[in-house]
This record gives sequence, structure tokens and C-alpha cells, in this order.
Amino acid sequence: MSPLSPIQPTDEAPASPTRTLRLPFDPLLALAVIGLGVCSIVTLKAATSELVPGDPHYYVERQAIYLGIGFVLMLALSRLDYSHLRRYRNAIYAALIVSILAVLGLGHSANGSQRAINFPLFSFQASELGKVLLILALAAFVVDRSRRLRERDTTVRVLIVALVPTIFVIAQPDLGSGLVYMTIACMMLFVAGTSWRQLAALAALVCVSVVFVLVAAPAIGVQVLKPYQVERLTAFIHPASTQKEAEARAREGKEVENDPTYQQEQSKIAIGAGGKTGRGPHASQVRYGFVPESDTDFVFAAVGEKYGFLGAGIVLLLYALLISRTLRVLVMAKDLFGSLIAAGVAAMLMFQVFVNVGMTIGIMPITGVTLPLMSYGGSSVIATLLGVGLLQSIYVQARASAALKGRVLRH
Amino acid sequence: MSSIEPVRPRDPRVPVSPQLALRVAIVSGVAMVMFGVIFFRLWFLQVLSSEQYVAQANANQAREIPIAAPRGAILDREGQPLVGSTVTNAVQITPAELPAGISSQVAEYQTSLDAAEAARREAVARLSGYQAALAGVRHPSHAQRHELKRLRAATGPPHVPVPALPRSDVQLRDLFDRLGRVIKVSPRTIDERVVESTTATSYAPVTIKTDAGRGVLTVLGERASEFPGVVQEPVSIREYPYGEMAAQVLGYVGQISEPEQKMRGFRGVKQGTIVGQAGLEYYYDEYLRGKPGEKRVAVNAQGQPVPGKLAPTPPHAGHTLQTTLDLPLQRASEKALLEGMEHARAGGKPAIAGAFVALDPLNGEVLAMGSTPSFDPNRFAKPLTEAEWEGLTGRHGDEPGRLTNLADEGEYPTGSTFKPITAMAALEAGVINPEEGLGAGRCIYVSTERFCNAGEDEYGAADLVDALKVSSDTYFFTVGKLANEHGGEIIQKKAHELGVGEPTGIDLPSEFPGVVPGPKWLVEQNKLEAGCQHEHHGHPCYIVAEPGEPWTVGYNMDLAVGQGELLTDPLQMAVAYSTLANAYRNGGEGTVVTPHLGKQIDEADGSLVQTLKFRSRHVHLNDADLGLVMEGIHEAASAEGGTSAEVWAGWDQEEDPVYGKTGTAERLGHVEQSWYMAYIGNAQRPIVIAVTVEEGGFGAETAAPIARLIASQWYGKPKKFIAGSSKTF
Repeated sequence: MSPLSPIQPTDEAPASPTRTLRLPFDPLLALAVIGLGVCSIVTLKAATSELVPGDPHYYVERQAIYLGIGFVLMLALSRLDYSHLRRYRNAIYAALIVSILAVLGLGHSANGSQRAINFPLFSFQASELGKVLLILALAAFVVDRSRRLRERDTTVRVLIVALVPTIFVIAQPDLGSGLVYMTIACMMLFVAGTSWRQLAALAALVCVSVVFVLVAAPAIGVQVLKPYQVERLTAFIHPASTQKEAEARAREGKEVENDPTYQQEQSKIAIGAGGKTGRGPHASQVRYGFVPESDTDFVFAAVGEKYGFLGAGIVLLLYALLISRTLRVLVMAKDLFGSLIAAGVAAMLMFQVFVNVGMTIGIMPITGVTLPLMSYGGSSVIATLLGVGLLQSIYVQARASAALKGRVLRH
Repeated sequence: MSSIEPVRPRDPRVPVSPQLALRVAIVSGVAMVMFGVIFFRLWFLQVLSSEQYVAQANANQAREIPIAAPRGAILDREGQPLVGSTVTNAVQITPAELPAGISSQVAEYQTSLDAAEAARREAVARLSGYQAALAGVRHPSHAQRHELKRLRAATGPPHVPVPALPRSDVQLRDLFDRLGRVIKVSPRTIDERVVESTTATSYAPVTIKTDAGRGVLTVLGERASEFPGVVQEPVSIREYPYGEMAAQVLGYVGQISEPEQKMRGFRGVKQGTIVGQAGLEYYYDEYLRGKPGEKRVAVNAQGQPVPGKLAPTPPHAGHTLQTTLDLPLQRASEKALLEGMEHARAGGKPAIAGAFVALDPLNGEVLAMGSTPSFDPNRFAKPLTEAEWEGLTGRHGDEPGRLTNLADEGEYPTGSTFKPITAMAALEAGVINPEEGLGAGRCIYVSTERFCNAGEDEYGAADLVDALKVSSDTYFFTVGKLANEHGGEIIQKKAHELGVGEPTGIDLPSEFPGVVPGPKWLVEQNKLEAGCQHEHHGHPCYIVAEPGEPWTVGYNMDLAVGQGELLTDPLQMAVAYSTLANAYRNGGEGTVVTPHLGKQIDEADGSLVQTLKFRSRHVHLNDADLGLVMEGIHEAASAEGGTSAEVWAGWDQEEDPVYGKTGTAERLGHVEQSWYMAYIGNAQRPIVIAVTVEEGGFGAETAAPIARLIASQWYGKPKKFIAGSSKTF
């Protein structure tokens, strides 16, 4: 699993001048991505066949199209030299802010949140694409200040650059994406080499702000988060008490729809009931909709119930492969910009995978982040594949420069 | 760590410093720990505690609520709608979204329901005990009978009033008051419906009103927030635009009953589905009802609905039934029947009921069919009171139930309209010589019995054609007598051969099989009567009037003129006349058609699904004999002195020759029943018309003019009601 070990053989590769034929991308990374795409299709085919009457392939067809578009964009992006993108950092950042604001202004409200703009063929969820835009903009910004990385000023500026879009997406409200943005920023600072002292201070700041948001602010009458967001977070902290509350409400005949403990409990039941090899077509938790959003946020519950420990394990192994290859691209990148982009993508993938899977198995609060490539949804799939495309570009450029240097040295 | 040492020392990028290596290692470590945690958690959930979660998953269930499919339309032969469905928005209440007070009310109601059910069971037990005690008593006393009645009443379905909404429940009272004002339903009724329905099915939405106007619905839609739990759901409602017209033929619809659910034709039909209850609605229900869709509601272990994301399965609309009925002819015929009955009443006849059938004699298509008194099938859309139901089914005095289709369920003697059948039988058997004059005198005497012409008229000795023309009873009494002497039940056999006394096979749920009395029949009836009397300790069962009496010539003479024990209906007579008619057109090779109303089944969008086919039976008649019979009834309708010639005055007999026979059936304790059978031999559009009016007087005065009105509509002739004066049976 260590991302560090595989570096050895590739470093030897440029040394052999006869091997000019190379794959124009990282095959293992591609394998992980294709594997997850297949898993997504298989799971959605089983989990969503009854969602749209008369059209059992509604979700599958669309997801396949999104994956297809994503793969094309990924291949296109892997042919570009990502380092050119550094020049457009201001435009990219502006695009990020504008798109998020546009969603706030024109957005279509789904489930009480304004996260997407509905175009004729698809609805555009700016916060998903924003992850990639933010990675590029932040990486460029950090590289600009690479000589002053240890200064507190740099850390504060980076955080502010990330905080602006974060606040906007949290206002949508899309707490999950906001947290992804901040994680990306923190990861970049961490990888770029910010001093341990500042990182410790940052960690302390995070703790203080969490306490403030959840405890202090409500006490003085300021609601930073929506009530349901607070409920989700606290439900995770005290599952037993909220469960009792929910049961009491259920007895009174009130809705339990938005009850976070209920959702998480049903998701756990689904995964637990899946057992070693899954329940296949008898996966009633998913089929009858006891597991909410089993095509998007809770898709892992569908995997767990339908295909059991085996299926869930395969999916997790593919994520492990994806993340390890991302970290490997991080260390082999030809420049800091590339490393930082890879760090951002790694942060995005790790946070989303761990939080999403953790949420479905009851060890993380419900934060509304998608499972990359698995969850149904064009914006999420395409944004993730754009990120992977950047990784491929970094890989290709690293290989090319290493090969060039190899030649230079030889002559 | 050595492996991540910088590869090329001169790499322009910041080399992979120990610092970066350390940090990436930390990130990798974090990732590994996280994956480890997830794997162990999954192991715990899916391998170690799987059984517990499977049990919990199985405790969660999904229930399916059907979405009614729009019922297929019934059309006339030209595609004009006879029955349709409209979709209106019903005002419904979702009980789960109501203020909490409703659940305590439901609980209270459930308690009193349980108590009432317990009391009912006790009453059933006491009743059976009391009945057992009374089993030996032949004549129970008044007190005993009273007690029996009281006990029986207590075993009926319990009537439990819904408890009143407590005054303290201001929220619920206020909601029902406001809703009631908008939809014009009393708050009490709303409360009752919600409580009753919620007790039965706790999660299903409760329909409060189906015919709320558009304005009301708009108000409810716009102010949805003021009416929590109130929703609008499209429901399909059956519509009979012509009301009482052909009501018994078309039938009506209603929710499937428990006994119906066990029937073969309704296999797989879900509870609460609207199905046909009578007429074509019932017969073709399989096609018309469509396939209901499903809304799936997930219900957790507490029985609470869980809003899942399962989209409903949409219903499949029922198929359209195109019938053979001709809407203009049907309307005109109904009008004609009522007009004829009015005339009869004006002439002092009770004219209590009537029926008509118009058939295409070549293929058995029913062009028009009706029965009066009728009912409005639209009334079944709403719950009926007991009195209303009795008015439809029960017979007040001797009045026929309105639901009965007298055209195929009436049980009548036919009077003289039977004579052509008698004539065919006698001619073919060689019992009579058509040239020979028979039946001179006013009456015929057989031992002590007297058989007379109507009004004791004297026709003299007539040959067959004349006898048919003037409807001489003495002639046919003689034929009946000769046939009886000949033996072999020739009249009975001919009647069955032509379609009388046989189920016609029409595509309606019920028809009267008919009775053509003969010696064998009488033996059977006597056996039945003897068995029945034995069972009832010697009490007469009245299956036959004089038990044990043998067949006499009198029976056959009565049958020869369509009287006595003969019982049939207008439809069977129409089939018999159609057989005569099509054999006559075809040189004696006739077809006993299966009368039918169904023509084809179409998809809701109009594309053909299937053309309905009906079997027919071939019959050979002697062409020469048939010619004489047809000549006789043609003269009856066209020649001077014919029984119905006056009725057809001014009719174009060249183009549309009428072969018509009047009939006047005598039923004990009734005024004479008016009958008329006609075949109109138009080359392109032949038609057979059967009309009967109970207690309508002579055939020529009531039924025949109605038949002329029907024929006038069919051939586009001016309609004239001309009552005939012939007083023949």
C-alpha cells in the first residue's frame, strides 16, 4: 500500500534508451478508474432498476454517458501539459467563484439545497467541478509563494483563498463540498511544507471553530449551520438518544424521513444484512427505499447489501489502488505545481471515500459527500475524472521530463 | 525511505526532500489506518453480526398501494362512446400528516370495533344454539319467532359509530372545519371517513371527495400549507352519458367484493379495484379493467411509512370495447318503447315493463337492446342507500327489478309470435297440407276443454298462409293437436332447432335458458316436484301445477299458439326469426346465429387488439315450406286483413318488405302481454326486431307500432306511431 515503494522501477525505466514505446498514461491508475466505473454501473443497474417505471436503465444509461464523457475529458486532459494551467490561475479561480455564485443565484433547489443549475440535458453542480478548479487555483497560488512557504502569512493567505468558495458552497448549503475544499487546502499546505507549528495551530483552530459552530454559536443564538446539519453531526455523536427521539416521533405518526439516525441505521442494516456475499436481488433495504439515496450518497450501502463483504472489499481495494497511485504521482511529479495538484486530488479522494463509506457504516457523520465515481451524478463523476486526468498529465509529463533528462545525461 | 530519494539530483523541481517524503508517508499512513478501520468495521457488520441485521432488514416491509387504471370505454358500432371514464382529482387526506389527535381517535374506534365484533360473535353462537333448540319445532310461537329475528339482527355486520372528535382537539377540528367549508362536506363526515379508513389501512390516503370542482381544487392547491395532509389524487370515474339507456346491457361497475375475488374471471384482481358488476361491464371486465399500477410504500418495523425513492409503476389503461350497438337506433328504440307504453297506458293498459331486441339476422350482431324500467348506472358511483338498492333489485309487488334485462332474462310465453315455428314443424313433418283449410269455428273442443280464438272470432277454415295472416288460433290449435297425434315432439324439436328454449350464448353475464314444454320435459318436472315435496314433508313446491298428471294434447295445443308452459324471451325469439330470415334468403340453408354485443377490442389509443368471433350453427329448412311460412307472415304485415297490416300502412313493402307476426300472451293474473316479431327483408340492411310489453294489451296495438318506429329509424323513414286494431292472440 505504500505509495513510496513502486517508485524504484519507474526510475530505472528512463535509463533504458531502447524502450521508447510507453503507455501515454499510468495503466494502474487507469485500471482503478475503469474498475470503479464498472462497479458503479453494475451497482446502479441492480439498485435503480425500479426507480423509473418503464425505464429500468434510466440511471445506468446516464451514468454510462457521464463516465464516457469523463473518460474522454480525462484522456484529453492527460495529453495536455498541466503546467500551462498555472498561467490561468486567476481565471480559474474567478470561474470557481462565479460558478458557485451563479448556482446560488440561479440554482435549482433539490432536497432543500441549491446546488445545481438545470440545463436542458443535465443539471450542473458547480461545487463538484469547483473541487478541481480549487485544486488548480490553490496549487498555482502556493507555487507562486513557494519561496515563502514557511511564513505564517502564506498559510493565512492560502486558507483565505480556500475559505471564500468554501463559505459560498456551505451557504448553498453544501456542507460536504465545503469540507472537501478545506481538506484540499490543508493537504496542500501539509504537502507544500508548511511548518509543523503552523499546522498545529491550524489544527487547534479547526477544533475551536467546530466547538464554536456546534456549541458556542447556538448558545448565543447564532445558527451557523442549518438545524438539520447540526442534527446530523450530533446524531452521529449520540446515536442512542436521537434514535429514541425518532422512535417517539414515529409513534406519534410524524415523518421520520429526515431523521439522520434513522437513515444511518437503515444503511447499517443494509450493509450488515449483505453478509459475506450479499443478498443479490433480495436486497430489500435498497429495493424498497429504506436506504435513502441509494443511488448517490448511500451507493456504498447498495454495494454492501447486494454484493456483501466481497463486493464492498473489491470496491475498497480499487479505491486503495486509486489513492496509492495518486500519492505516487504526487512524489514523481516533475515540479511542485504537479505535486500540489496530486496532493489536492488525493485529499479530495481520501476525504470523500473515507467520509462517505464511514457514513454508510456508521462511523462518520452524514455530510452529503458523494463516493467518487460510484455515486450516480454527472458533475461528480466528471469532476473526479478531470482530477484523474490531471494526475495522468502529471504522470506523463514526469515520465517525459525524466526521459529527456536521461537522454541529456547520456549524451 | 531510500526509494524516494531524488532520482535526478538536478531535477529542476524541489527534489523529493526528506521533508516531503515524511509528509507523504504520513498521508499514506493515515490512508492505511482509515482503510483498516473501514475493513474491520465491514468485517464486524457483514461477517460477525450479519444475522442480526438480516433480521432487522426483514422486519422492514414494503406495502403496495394500487393506482387505479383508467377503465376502457364502451363504444357503439360507429365508435360513438356509450360509456366512458373521466379522471378527476379526488381530495384525499394523508392520515400520517394530520395532527396527532387523530391517532387516539383511531385507537378509540378500534377498541369499540373490537368490542362490537366480540358481541357479534357471541350473538352468532347464541343464534346457532337457539336454532338448534328450535330444530324440532314445526310451528314456532310468535315469541320464539321474535326472539329468532332479534338474534338474527344481532349477527349482522356491527354498526359502530365513530367517536366524536373531542372538543379539546382544536387543531384537528379547525382543519376539518376549514376543509369542510371549502369542499362542502361536513367536518363530521370528514372525520368519520378518516377514522374509518385509517382503522382499516393505517397508511393509505383517505378519499374525502371525488367530485370537487376545479375551483375548489385550485383553492386547495394554492393554499396547500393551510391544509396539512390534504392532497389531490387523480381518480378515474365511470360515466354513462346516456343514463338509463341500455343500462342493463351496459351494466355498471363497483368495487370488487370478497366473493368476486374468488371467482375465476377476477383472478389476480386486487382488493379495492373497480370491476364490472353487470352487463357488458361484467362480461368484458377482463379487457376493460386494465392493469392497475402500484405505488410502493415502505413501512418500517413500527408500521410507519418511510418515504422511499421508489417511483410508482404507472397503470395500464383498459382496452376499449367496440359493440355492435347502433347508438341512434338504440336511442330511438328506447324512445319508441316508452312512447308505445305511454300509448298503452293511455288506452287503459298497465304497461308495466317492456323490452326490445334488434338483430342483424345474418350475423347475430345486436343492433339495439333494451329493457324498461331501467336505472341510471351513474348512481352506482356513489354509495346507495338500502331503499335505493331495493328499488333496483327487489320486486315491489310484481314490478320487475330494474336491473333485470327483460330482453334476455324475461320469462314469457310468446303468444302467436310462436306460430311460424309451429307451422315450420308441422309442414316439414308432413302433419298438415298447407292448402288444406283447418280450424273452422270459434272454438275447438278436446274432451271437456275449450280452445277458442281471441274474442271467439270466427275465421272459417283457412289455409296456412291465411291462418298466419289473420293469426287463427283454431287453425294452430288443430295443428298442435295433429302434431301431438303425430308424436315425436316435432314442435318442441323445431323450436330448439331454431334457437328457442336454448341459451343463445349472448355475451352477457346472464340469460334465461327458456322452457319449451314437451312430454319428456313434463316427466322431468314431475320427478323434480316429487323430490321437492319429499324434502318439504309433503308441501307442494309448485314446480308443476298438477303434480303427477301426464302429458295431454292440451299442452301441445297451447304450445302451438305460444301459450301454456312455454317460457322464452325476446332475444331467443329474435334468434329464431333470424334463423328463418337468413334461411329464407339462402334457399333454406340457415344459420342459428349467436347474438352478440361485442364487436372488437381496441387498445386505448384505438389500435385493434382483437376482433371478437362468435360461433353459429347451421340448420337446413325445407325451402318450399319456409316460403309458405314467410309468405304468411308477410301477408300478416302487408295484406289487407293481416294482423299488423294497419300498423305498416304507408310502408314501402317493395324495398323493405316486412315479415311480421303479432302476439298476445296470456299470463294468469296479468293483463295480456303485447308481442311483435318482425323481419324486414331489405337486401342490404336486413333487421329482425322483437318487442314485448308486459301488460301492454294486444300485439297489434302496442308492440307492433313500437317495432315500426324502430324500423323507421333503421331505414331513415319518418316515424309514425300507428296502433293496429287487430284483437288477435
